[in-house]
Amino acid sequence: MSVEFCGLRLAHPIINGSGTFDAIAARGAFGAALDTAFPFAAYVSKTITLEPRAGNPPPRLWESPAGLVNSIGLPNKGLAGYLAEDLPQLGGYLCDPLASADGASHRVPVITNVMGSTGEELRALVEACDDPETIAAIELNVSCPNVRTGLDIGADPAQLETVVAGLRESTGKPLIVKLTPNAADVPACAQAAEAGGADAVSLINTLRAMALAPGRAGARPWLGGGTGGLSGPAIRPVALAQVAAVAARVAIPVVGMGGVQSAAHAREMLDVGATLVAVGTESFRDPAAGVRIAAGLL
Amino acid sequence: MSAQPAGARPGRRAVRVTANEQLGAYNVLRVDDPQMGELQAGQFAMLAAVERWGGGEDERPFLARAFSVARHHDGESSYLLEDVGPGTRRLCELAAGDELWVLGPLGSGFTAPPQGRRAILVGGGVGIAPLAILQDALSAAGGAVSVLLGFRDEARVPGAGLLRDAELATDDGSAGHHGLVTDLLERELRSDPDAVVYACGPAGMLEGVRAICERDGVPAQLALEAGMACGFGACFGCVVPRRGGGYLRVCVDGPVIDAAELDRVELHAGAPA
Ligand SMILES: Cc1cc2nc3c(=O)[nH]c(=O)nc-3n(C[C@H](O)[C@H](O)[C@H](O)COP(=O)(O)OP(=O)(O)OC[C@H]3O[C@@H](n4cnc5c(N)ncnc54)[C@H](O)[C@@H]3O)c2cc1C
Ligand SMILES: Cc1cc2nc3c(=O)[nH]c(=O)nc-3n(C[C@H](O)[C@H](O)[C@H](O)COP(=O)(O)O)c2cc1C
Ligand code: FES
Repeated sequence: MSVEFCGLRLAHPIINGSGTFDAIAARGAFGAALDTAFPFAAYVSKTITLEPRAGNPPPRLWESPAGLVNSIGLPNKGLAGYLAEDLPQLGGYLCDPLASADGASHRVPVITNVMGSTGEELRALVEACDDPETIAAIELNVSCPNVRTGLDIGADPAQLETVVAGLRESTGKPLIVKLTPNAADVPACAQAAEAGGADAVSLINTLRAMALAPGRAGARPWLGGGTGGLSGPAIRPVALAQVAAVAARVAIPVVGMGGVQSAAHAREMLDVGATLVAVGTESFRDPAAGVRIAAGLL
Repeated sequence: MSAQPAGARPGRRAVRVTANEQLGAYNVLRVDDPQMGELQAGQFAMLAAVERWGGGEDERPFLARAFSVARHHDGESSYLLEDVGPGTRRLCELAAGDELWVLGPLGSGFTAPPQGRRAILVGGGVGIAPLAILQDALSAAGGAVSVLLGFRDEARVPGAGLLRDAELATDDGSAGHHGLVTDLLERELRSDPDAVVYACGPAGMLEGVRAICERDGVPAQLALEAGMACGFGACFGCVVPRRGGGYLRVCVDGPVIDAAELDRVELHAGAPA
């Protein structure tokens, strides 16, 4: 069941969604078992920005029917902190042999997810990730407003193509563009990423969402960040439609995600054209969701 | 940090409920869970019913819920529950033989006081749960322990039966001191300023404890609550502001946090009052 993805050989097609699994914190919580029983075939980092970010004020979570609205605000140590402190701890994981067809462990490559609000910021991030051997691929989170236009970089096909094309020569590593679902024409954005030179696209990120504080007079947002993003089973039919539409439109591989909870759900993503499937919110309910889903595909 | 045996698979496990008993307004849920293994007082677990988790108010619950391990011995864990919403309601319904998902033990627990110093345990409402296992551990180690518990009303007072030799305070005057448990704490600290304080309860109570201990220069360990999606550091959803800037993740940096790390205990944290 091993899969080839942008020149990487993965033990199986299940990886994590960025920002939904912290390998270092999980190592602290579950101990050395995680080293040889990593639940995913590749590890995608949280979004890393050039400067450190504390993230949004709490509350950051709201539970909705079969879903979760989050307003985390991309807390991270910044590029330098990530490279110096985190990356050295990420290279040695082996995937859980339960989930690979040959019953053996395989190394878990690291995909570093980055976000910048200007072309220069993005270039600095991508160039810095091009160097370390531990980073196997780079994922661009383009769900970020352009500081000059205020539009999400990833929501406007023309802008997205320019941004990706501007980064293409900064790295020889696979460049995955994580599309925003909050765009008028997502397949057009995928095509633009491909035209700009992306090696793969991933989708869907969270759907823009909001929750009001309960039991109080007047409308007051619950989340400290005001609005947030919806994930989990509630978004799976939307994700399936977007993944199918994108896979039909581009020739590069597609990483499908959004609400996947079981091998049957992952199979649907693969059936509509995804090469890999990422699991996000379901890992919160069960940190072994990735290996359970991968083993179910065997 | 965690006491998972080396080689345990990082995943949730299904265990059987052995009993679910009413304790006034609370429930004590017991489960057969030898894999919980050794744990520190103050650690917690993420719980979810295997059957019918969802379909309550607003079609919730969806995520697992965090609960302090109130006791664990002979392979059996117990939890003290208060029905405050769809998740706790469903757990309060479980009967012997039903299955429960458990992920844990998680987080970092209380640390024992320096040799010779008395421990004062301050609990409020359902927050008394981690103090039960803490009292057991400190007493077994031969240390001096005082227990001060506060409850809202008469229906909740039976919760005090979870611990031994507790002095009570109630908001409605139905038992013990008519007033706040922090009044009892101030009195105790006047007679023993060398004590070390361990507290768990609603945010308002914890902030009171924190402010008193800061004023009196008394070390305090506070077991915090926050809305949690994962419990193991994955979502960054459970944060509280850290003194000096930035945030702490309650699930991995806590839930037991040294009061000196906080400017104040915020009220938003999603704790049941
Ligand atoms: C480390 C830790 C240990 C704990 N130990 C215990 C324990 O031993 N015993 C115990 O009874 N409880 C304990 N709790 C609290 C317990 O986890 C919560 O009471 C429980 O999660 C509530 O879930 P619910 O579905 O019943 O209620 P909810 O409806 O989730 O309501 C709980 C609170 O969450 C907020 N809220 C309301 N709706 C939503 C929503 N849709 N999304 C997000 N937030 C919402 C409100 O502030 C509300 O008061 C602990 C919590 C933590 C973090
Ligand atoms: C709490 C949380 C944090 C997230 N953080 C990031 C992030 O840092 N970068 C990113 O590209 N996507 C982030 N995502 C989006 C997920 O990677 C994924 O695209 C989305 O949640 C849909 O998948 P799911 O329904 O399986 O969770 C986050 C999602 C959640 C729920
Ligand atoms: S609950 Fe997810 S990081 Fe703490």
